[in-house]
Amino acid sequence: MFDLLQYTFIQNALAAAILASVACGIIGAYVVVKKIVFISGGIAHASFGGVGLGYYLGINPMYGVLPFSLLAALVMGTVSKKSKIPEDSAIGILWSLGMALGVIFVYLTPGYAPDLMTYLFGNILTVPRIDLYLMLALDLIIVGAVYLFYKEFLALCFDEEFTTVQGVPTEKLYLFLLCIIALTIVVLIKVVGIILVIALLTIPATLSRKFTNNLKHMMLISIAFGTAISVTGIGLSYALDVPSGATIILVLSLVYGFVAVGMDMFEGRRVSNS
Amino acid sequence: MEKVIELEDVWVRYGNQTILEAINLELKEPNGLLGIIGPNGGGKTTFLKVLLGLLKPYKGSVKIFGKSPEKSRDLVGYVPQYKGFDFDFPISVWEVVLTGRMSHTGFLKKYSEEDKKAAEEALRTVEMFQLKDRQIGQLSGGQRQRVFIARALATNPKLLLLDEPNSGLDPHMQDELYRLLDRLKHEMAVIMVTHDLSAVSVYVDRIACLNRTLHYHNSREIPAEDLEATYQCPVELIAHGVPHRVLEQHKGSS
Repeated sequence: MFDLLQYTFIQNALAAAILASVACGIIGAYVVVKKIVFISGGIAHASFGGVGLGYYLGINPMYGVLPFSLLAALVMGTVSKKSKIPEDSAIGILWSLGMALGVIFVYLTPGYAPDLMTYLFGNILTVPRIDLYLMLALDLIIVGAVYLFYKEFLALCFDEEFTTVQGVPTEKLYLFLLCIIALTIVVLIKVVGIILVIALLTIPATLSRKFTNNLKHMMLISIAFGTAISVTGIGLSYALDVPSGATIILVLSLVYGFVAVGMDMFEGRRVSNS
Repeated sequence: MEKVIELEDVWVRYGNQTILEAINLELKEPNGLLGIIGPNGGGKTTFLKVLLGLLKPYKGSVKIFGKSPEKSRDLVGYVPQYKGFDFDFPISVWEVVLTGRMSHTGFLKKYSEEDKKAAEEALRTVEMFQLKDRQIGQLSGGQRQRVFIARALATNPKLLLLDEPNSGLDPHMQDELYRLLDRLKHEMAVIMVTHDLSAVSVYVDRIACLNRTLHYHNSREIPAEDLEATYQCPVELIAHGVPHRVLEQHKGSS
């Protein structure tokens, strides 16, 4: 097993797993407690338009995804709050609009889009070094923003109206949080792909919620779970020669299932004993 | 002296529906409890949101302590209606109460020693300091309501606004709540909106009726016509062990 660590692609994969777990552990906690899973999924899927744009312009698709996902976050955040149609309908429309744009861009691009599937479903075993640097830079921005705005984000997620009354510009702060989520999605795309991103944003955070009542601890436990599980997933996917992104999600879901059922049984027994 | 509240001809509309119509209200006294009663959908929450600057009236002027609602936010404490809250949220009593200090702390700064002192004092006032490390979902309804009052008190308000603070509380907890408000009203102006008529019977100093329009007489008694106009049907107030009548004697009744 340790011979594997000599391979650069395995080293890169492990680095990517850790960088992704840090981002999804911290931001996933906000996504789960603020109950904005759907809008986060919307931003992720809409950012496929950025992948298509990248191919069309002949640049690294990651550089197309970055601005496109930020734009998607701002538009979705604004439209879902301001428009007269229900928030989930607005998100649904923009979700598919972004994907449709991506499909058209890819179609218009001459030739064959070779690694399109890795953007949709991820392939952590092929992450190039340049993408790792991008992921590291985004991680630093995410950690820095949460460090600076921890008090404001906590208040915003718990009670938006009261926080407004306290003089905090909550509308802008919410858009900012969505932008940080967009950056997190960019970090995660190479690991599990656009389609599966939402699993990394929800499962580690939901799992860690079972072990603590404190948001900060929730973030740290999420990071630990995310790292352990994605490394296990990489190992399994290499050993069994199956897609890495989907394997990571399967391991996550299995662990969550066992923990949830196990804790329910344990608590049930405790109640019946008392 | 600065008036606590000064509303002049305030109108609020959602779409083409008028929620508040020509509201005039002047509250000069810096202390005391004003109860605002009215049916559900009568605009009570909207009225509070106007005072908080969360809703802009399309006509009329709103002054809180002589300033716009946005500029007087560090003087106003707010206890929202807590239905629809997520009590599974991973936040402790202490963290909740500290958020009441944000208008003082400022953006991007850590809570100061002064903030922590104010939060502690607020928790002691509502007798919840010993439970400060509890997660918010591990409290009873009455305890939770006191935590939300502590969060509002942490602001050091001169005006305290409460939206249906008695809903979901059993009679014993309601009684505790009113006794707490009875103490607080000596230190600040308190406004409580409720649809529960008997709730306001004992402890209020002033009472107003709100159902799109506001009837206010700067007294603790409501003319029966006002109450009937508000509820659009004859209402007799039934309250137990009340030291005074809120209603005038109905004409013709003994």
